[in-house]
Amino acid sequence: MTDSNKTPSGNGTGNGKDYKWVGTRAVRPDGVDKVTGRAKFGADLHLPNMLVGKVLRSPHAHAHIRSIDTSAAEALSGVKAVITRDDFSDQPKGAVQPAGEMTINYRDMVRNVMAREKALYEGHAIAAVAAVDARIAAKALSLIKVDFEVLPHVIDPVAAMESGAPIIQEDLMTEGMEQSPGAMTNIAKRVEFGHGDVAVGFAEADVVIEREFTTQPVHQAYIEPHACVASMTEDGQGELWLSTQGHYVARGHCATLLGLDVSKLRVQASEIGGGFGGKTVVYLEPLALALSRKACQPVKMAMTREEVFRATGPTSGAHLWVKVGATNDGRITAADAVLKYQAGAFPGSPVAQGAQCAFAPYELNHVRTIGYDILVNRAKVAAYRAPGAPIAEYATESVMDEIAGVIGMDPLEFRLKNAPKQGSQSSYGPKFPVIGCIETLEAARDHDHYQSPLKAGQGRGVATGYWFNIGGQTSATLNLSEDGSVALVLGTVDVGGTRASLSMMAAEELGIDLDKVRPMIGDTSALGYNMLTGGSRVTFAGGIAVVGAAQDLIGTLKDRAAKFWDIPVDDVEWAEGEARATNGYTDNMQPLSLQEIAKDMAKTGGPIVGAHSINAQGAGPSFGTHVVDVDVDRETGRVWVTRYTVVQDAGKAIHPSYVEGQYQGGAVQGIGWALNEEYIYDDKGRLENAGFLDYRVPVCSDVPMIDTVIVEVANPTHPYGVRGVGETPIVPPMAAISNALANALGIRFTDLPMSPPRVLAAIKAANGDATTAS
Amino acid sequence: MAKYHITTRINGDDVEFLCAPEQTLLDVLRDDLRLTGSKEGCASGDCGACSVTIDGRLVCSCLVLAAEVGGQEIETIEGMADGDRLHPLQQKFLDFAALQCGVCTPGFLIAAKALLDRNSNPSETEVRYWLAGNLCRCTGYDKIVRAVLDTAADMRD
Ligand code: FES
Ligand code: FES
Repeated sequence: MTDSNKTPSGNGTGNGKDYKWVGTRAVRPDGVDKVTGRAKFGADLHLPNMLVGKVLRSPHAHAHIRSIDTSAAEALSGVKAVITRDDFSDQPKGAVQPAGEMTINYRDMVRNVMAREKALYEGHAIAAVAAVDARIAAKALSLIKVDFEVLPHVIDPVAAMESGAPIIQEDLMTEGMEQSPGAMTNIAKRVEFGHGDVAVGFAEADVVIEREFTTQPVHQAYIEPHACVASMTEDGQGELWLSTQGHYVARGHCATLLGLDVSKLRVQASEIGGGFGGKTVVYLEPLALALSRKACQPVKMAMTREEVFRATGPTSGAHLWVKVGATNDGRITAADAVLKYQAGAFPGSPVAQGAQCAFAPYELNHVRTIGYDILVNRAKVAAYRAPGAPIAEYATESVMDEIAGVIGMDPLEFRLKNAPKQGSQSSYGPKFPVIGCIETLEAARDHDHYQSPLKAGQGRGVATGYWFNIGGQTSATLNLSEDGSVALVLGTVDVGGTRASLSMMAAEELGIDLDKVRPMIGDTSALGYNMLTGGSRVTFAGGIAVVGAAQDLIGTLKDRAAKFWDIPVDDVEWAEGEARATNGYTDNMQPLSLQEIAKDMAKTGGPIVGAHSINAQGAGPSFGTHVVDVDVDRETGRVWVTRYTVVQDAGKAIHPSYVEGQYQGGAVQGIGWALNEEYIYDDKGRLENAGFLDYRVPVCSDVPMIDTVIVEVANPTHPYGVRGVGETPIVPPMAAISNALANALGIRFTDLPMSPPRVLAAIKAANGDATTAS
Repeated sequence: MAKYHITTRINGDDVEFLCAPEQTLLDVLRDDLRLTGSKEGCASGDCGACSVTIDGRLVCSCLVLAAEVGGQEIETIEGMADGDRLHPLQQKFLDFAALQCGVCTPGFLIAAKALLDRNSNPSETEVRYWLAGNLCRCTGYDKIVRAVLDTAADMRD
């Protein structure tokens, strides 16, 4: 087994090479299960003697919890366990861990899964019960008496920063900022990125544009609600089945919150019905384990849709200020932004990522971004696809469009003139490695969509988006079976086709039929650690691990062939799925196929396994440019997207269909974010639209076909050139659509969503009609 | 509490079950009959993940009380393939990569089949409006719509 941080070179050499499997549109190995209803998702597991768990949630946005009386619930026949804050030990201050694209603070986490001193948002868990059926569990919840002292609340990030605002966490200290002693604040963090001197840059500008924007919280809105089944035994061992983006990460969180040895908990990821970042967090799982520990029976818990909306992480709403200066010939001289992101009730908004990405598609001499992470009485944000970037780049890409318009330059030519390339200093510090920003802009400019005339009354908009992508800890194993077929064991949850893409790389490396590779996602006991599925990392980092495992396997296969032939292993090569003798041995030795070596493995040394564990570095950043046409119903304010094209650098598309799927899905989520989706609160801080009827995600009849162009600028740190693809597609849509609306109507929108009432009001205002709706 | 005794047919088989008055068809399918292919995404008729047909009519099984389905003919995703032969829609969804996470897929397949049973030559707009009751958060619908249109074309040939 190899264990290193080095990228195995593999057989792939990036682009321009003919592969047998890589780059094809093979049917995914988990496909039949998913079209026949066999695939088991979080709520689909039934265990003997299983109880049903339910959660009592706070009806208040902010309240002290004076007392909780569970005696009547416990006395109800059929109730097997009741838990509250008293069932979880507190966690030490400062227990912070990086986790994917977010950081984890266990003192916050224990309070988020179950309220302690205060209920901090409507929907915050207060108690949970396990009972023999759902009806009794619901009845038990109604018998729990909670004495709340309701406190003033705050939802808006700007209001939360003002002095005299209700304080969410009394002991909060602001990171990255001076704070007067004894002063209480909701500002969890201040970050700043940039270089040069923006004042100097603005002095060089012929045109300066300064705008303020707002965005509302939006939810990932995965179709499968959170669900799990937990089973603890009397001797303190546990099993957990859950819908998650990372079962190793969930295991660590649950073990920490329950005070268990990590290895005592065996965690299996179910099929996952969408996550988009929202299933990187634990909510129900520690409660289910604690209930099961008390009841000594398995406990199943599943959220309702309403619970998903109220109690799980949407992404931040924000207030954004952007100022850009440029010369009349289209050179950007300075770019400046201040971003205020809602964190929810605990620190951890993705404002730092937003601040880093805000101006990343530009090469700038003078740039600054400042971000604030602000507590409000709302569920703690969770990652949502390129966390932080869509919010910031919505504002910056709107201003870029406006400034290009003022100086009379084509918006793509303006971007091309200022585009970064390899070696450019990024707006947030590091120099860019090989990137495909210019290539995507050129492909968008030259695309038939951009070249075609617009229909009367329509508008066209473009925007560019950037996301870093990540690598991280990953393990994979290839177990050779006695007939020469191979079991590929993975520890990364498959959210949209990675069993396919990773198997394709394994088959390519080994030189065997894809059909001979059977991938599966192992439980946490099957492999070394695996970071969660997030950061668009699985085909990148998982690919490196799989290629490494294949090279390890090939090394052993060559050894066995050398033994069989009794020649030095250096005189054996592996090609097209067989060992071949080289250096003059070729004449008398027939190649040995994988099947032949497998059949005789007992005689040549026993089981044959290839494994690789890595902390993958060198993820390839990804740029995308979207082109969108819109039509506006001037009577209703309804915006119709009539044509949409996504152009993005994938590095290398291992399975082009699933790359396109990421582009299309991200674009449509962005269309929802731009036009419809928002959290609406009443004056008590209660969510008014906690369901799919009122929180309206795009439906099939809302959107057109989404054209895609896969640009391939190989990432040199990956054996096949892969960059991540999953997140960048959600970055450009909001600005692209806003820019298209400005083009159609001559009205610049600065608040999301651009919903029919808001668009209609703006049209009326522009027409001089003062009787506009809000 | 007294339970109802219901006799019905599911995917061509006679089925009997007991249910409480408030249990939905989706609850009984999933929790009692262990036909977990129908999914619960909302329990309020807004996502279509629980789609089944009752006597050929497309419904959200989360909006149907289990006690109402006596003597009817229910079809779920588990009954869509014919033995070891996938339905053409199922095969096309695989060939066209019309699913990512797949949790919406059973509902889309049931809904799309109900459409093609009525209309063998739907336009793109007809497909989009027919499927507007099924939410997919992963795919952006493009490949789903293409798969349905292409299946219809194949079935007409
Ligand atoms: S679960 Fe029935 S429509 Fe959503
Ligand atoms: S494939 Fe995930 S919701 Fe449709």
